[in-house]
Amino acid sequence: MTEINAALAKSFGLNAEEYGKVLDIMGRTPSLTELGIFSVMWSEHCSYKSSRVWLKELPTKAPWVIHGPGENAGVIDIGEGMAAIFKMESHNHPSFIEPYQGAATGVGGILRDVFTMGARPIANLNALRFGDPALPVTKRVVDGVVRGIGGYGNCVGVPTVGGEVNFHPAYNGNPLVNAMTVGIAAQDKIFLSAAAGIGNPVVYVGSKTGRDGIHGATMASTEFDAASEDKRPTVQVGDPFTEKLLIEACLELMQTDAIVAIQDMGAAGLTSSSVEMAGKGGVGIELDLDHVPQRETGMSAYEMMLSESQERMLLVLKPERSEMARAIIEKWDLDYAIIGHITDTGRIVVKHKGIVEADIALDPLAEAAPLYRRPYVETAKPAPLGKVEHPITLADALEKLIGCPDLCSRRWIFDQYDSTVGGQTVKRPAQADAAIIRLEGTKRALAITVDCTPRYCVADPEAGGAQAVAETWRNITATGARPLAITDNMNFGNPEKPEIMGQFVGAIKGMSAACIALDFPVVSGNVSLYNETEGRPILPTPAIGAVGVLEDAAQAVGYGLTSGLTLVVIGETRGELGRSLYLREILGREDGAPPAMDLAAERKNGDFVRAQILSGHVSACHDIADGGLLVAITEMALAGGTGVDLTLDAGPEIWFGEDQARYILAVQNAPALLAAAAAAAIPATQIGTSVNGNKLTLHNAVAISLTQLREAHEGFFPAWFA
Amino acid sequence: MMKAAILLFPGINRERDMQLAVRQSFGHEPAIVWHKETGLPAGTDLVIIPGGFSFGDYLRCGAMAAQSPIMQAVKTHAARGGYVLGVCNGFQILTEAGILPGALLRNAGLRFLSMDTMLRVGRTDTVFTNKWAEGDVFRAPMAHGDGNFTADSATLDRLEGENLVAFRYADGNRNGSARDIAGIFAPNLRVLGLMPHPENLVDPLMGGTDGKPLFDALAAA
Repeated sequence: MTEINAALAKSFGLNAEEYGKVLDIMGRTPSLTELGIFSVMWSEHCSYKSSRVWLKELPTKAPWVIHGPGENAGVIDIGEGMAAIFKMESHNHPSFIEPYQGAATGVGGILRDVFTMGARPIANLNALRFGDPALPVTKRVVDGVVRGIGGYGNCVGVPTVGGEVNFHPAYNGNPLVNAMTVGIAAQDKIFLSAAAGIGNPVVYVGSKTGRDGIHGATMASTEFDAASEDKRPTVQVGDPFTEKLLIEACLELMQTDAIVAIQDMGAAGLTSSSVEMAGKGGVGIELDLDHVPQRETGMSAYEMMLSESQERMLLVLKPERSEMARAIIEKWDLDYAIIGHITDTGRIVVKHKGIVEADIALDPLAEAAPLYRRPYVETAKPAPLGKVEHPITLADALEKLIGCPDLCSRRWIFDQYDSTVGGQTVKRPAQADAAIIRLEGTKRALAITVDCTPRYCVADPEAGGAQAVAETWRNITATGARPLAITDNMNFGNPEKPEIMGQFVGAIKGMSAACIALDFPVVSGNVSLYNETEGRPILPTPAIGAVGVLEDAAQAVGYGLTSGLTLVVIGETRGELGRSLYLREILGREDGAPPAMDLAAERKNGDFVRAQILSGHVSACHDIADGGLLVAITEMALAGGTGVDLTLDAGPEIWFGEDQARYILAVQNAPALLAAAAAAAIPATQIGTSVNGNKLTLHNAVAISLTQLREAHEGFFPAWFA
Repeated sequence: MMKAAILLFPGINRERDMQLAVRQSFGHEPAIVWHKETGLPAGTDLVIIPGGFSFGDYLRCGAMAAQSPIMQAVKTHAARGGYVLGVCNGFQILTEAGILPGALLRNAGLRFLSMDTMLRVGRTDTVFTNKWAEGDVFRAPMAHGDGNFTADSATLDRLEGENLVAFRYADGNRNGSARDIAGIFAPNLRVLGLMPHPENLVDPLMGGTDGKPLFDALAAA
């Protein structure tokens, strides 16, 4: 018999003070199962104990927000009685230990968060960060993560339509895998998790429970060290086929009136789903684990309550509909078991083999959960960028940049993801700044994107946080869609270090300012802390996923150029090279301040660009981001297979600076665009034209072959994995 | 007008795409038939088996689905000269059921392939291909991990000798298929199996209508 004491609690991730609270609440020594329940519910991963006080600062409201943070996913009004339901979530720690399964189950978990609310998932995206590509381990992790995302997403039949990938040595040993799912539901058919109805049956649906993933949530709340490989058994194993059945079975059941409440079993499995459902409903819950479908023999109550076996859901049903529900679930060859009922006790009672293994009052479990206002120090403002030498020509710099790991084509990756299943993909990867997915049976479409620039965040978390939000807003705007709301995935280091906590606080401040300025609330999110390996933190990475809407999918524009168009830059180009990719890739420097954020200009320029697109005057549009103006032009030329003649006479600062709030518009009628911009007091600069041919020609008549640029752009990944 | 039935096995995921394409060209809704049924709806002219991962493809792709109750009815339908279209996993199921020859192995590069490919049309005197001209090249998205068509050389010689190759890859053979074969007919020209997805290019908004002639031809039959 395991002795229950502070030392065991510590090994479960509870500190002495937290264990003291457990003793106070219980009024006795907890059982092993009870200690397990406390430890996972109070883990950083489940309780947000370090981040909660700051997350409250984020703007979460707008007239189009139906459900903000607090539900399984955010819900927004997208017109015609429809709702978009979406969220992004991290699976960082498992993806380092076991890249394929870590990434695959990350996709599975976020899908469940969305369809548990009644939505059919229509798009997956992902935001990935990896270590130094020169390390063999990075290649192994990239390969496993990409295969895992594809293996799961392709099988469940949800198109993977977008994403982003960065490399930086700060992610050595601690890659980030953030997965986002967007689903669609009727606004009057949204399902929530608050349990109700004393005596109603609690029903388990899906895969059987095994010993995989026990204490996964606890693992996700600690730093990594050399022994982390030993934690492989805490990584869950995914089964996308069962997930597909679960999606179809749940959506079929949701067409009936059988469901009172529904919640997926994610982190901390049966524990968190039952505690949260009962807690939100203000009721009690009693479980009899003898009825839990089990994959292995001899499982204890502790193991069943803490297992993170995948593809499982917990439902509260109307008792008179229970047999009809069983017929639907069993038609899909899934396990269906009544494992308990709702009570009026306000307690969670867990029985196994006739013995009460846990009996905890729910209110204190939730309300006494630790909440830390951790000390923090603000990140010092970076020193200004000193003198910058320009050792190579514009042409050479462009070729190097367009082929570097952070800017090269992601074709090798997205060619492994099914992006067309569903038959609604209007803009596939690398065609537009956001993916465009039509809503089946309507003219409407969603524009969806993910973005973050961690090299800015590490220099100035506040500017970086604002920039991440603004860039997703810009991505959506550049397609013509109206940006509506975001989900945030806050990836940071150890919050017990004041400088890391300072990064978190700074990012929240910047994000909040941008959300307010752009009318772009946060409706869901996830926090992943302790992203450190042997004391070295990752770059602060507040990844943002965003959704916008187009009333007519046919109005969406991409960034591929056709010939005979005039190129106009909207927004002011000052030539800011601080923290730019030019600085890092050409000069080997990572210093200076990131580009200044002017959120008023961001809003004004974006609203102008969107109006121009929707009035039909814009043939192609691209936001200017990583790599700056010349890189953006090159991406447009390569995507369209058309040459470009540039007339703007400028140096590297202008061509490669990463000033914000800018777009390139390709139009037939440049004078009209310039006049409209002048009337609106928007900076607009004509910089060249698209032409037939296979060359990008600079103002000084230096011509660069597009074939050569394409080889550089497309070369990196295939060569790496050749 | 053809009466179409789309089969639904657990794990199939392109049935909605197929529904859209059929609805658009045929002007009516196809029936959806669950795999545990033992018979096709009365008057079914065309059976369509869409793409996906039937039974997770955890055994050989299509092997489990080929044993489902509905497949007996499909074999009878095919033997009686009924029309059958199998796309991607549907093609794999038809080979596993012995309705079409050959097998689909893992892609030569051992990676999932999702991109547009170009297909060259073989004969056009069939109910599937009569809207194209012989030698026409059209675009079709592909999305598969196991599209590497193989058969013994006698079978391949017979397929070519009897002019039963429906489509060949025209812009590079990415999955390693024998003799660039992307799709084949049964000897009576009433069964077609192919790996790429014409049903995903039937709307200009999704990038083109290159796949629409297949469904228009079937609708006119």
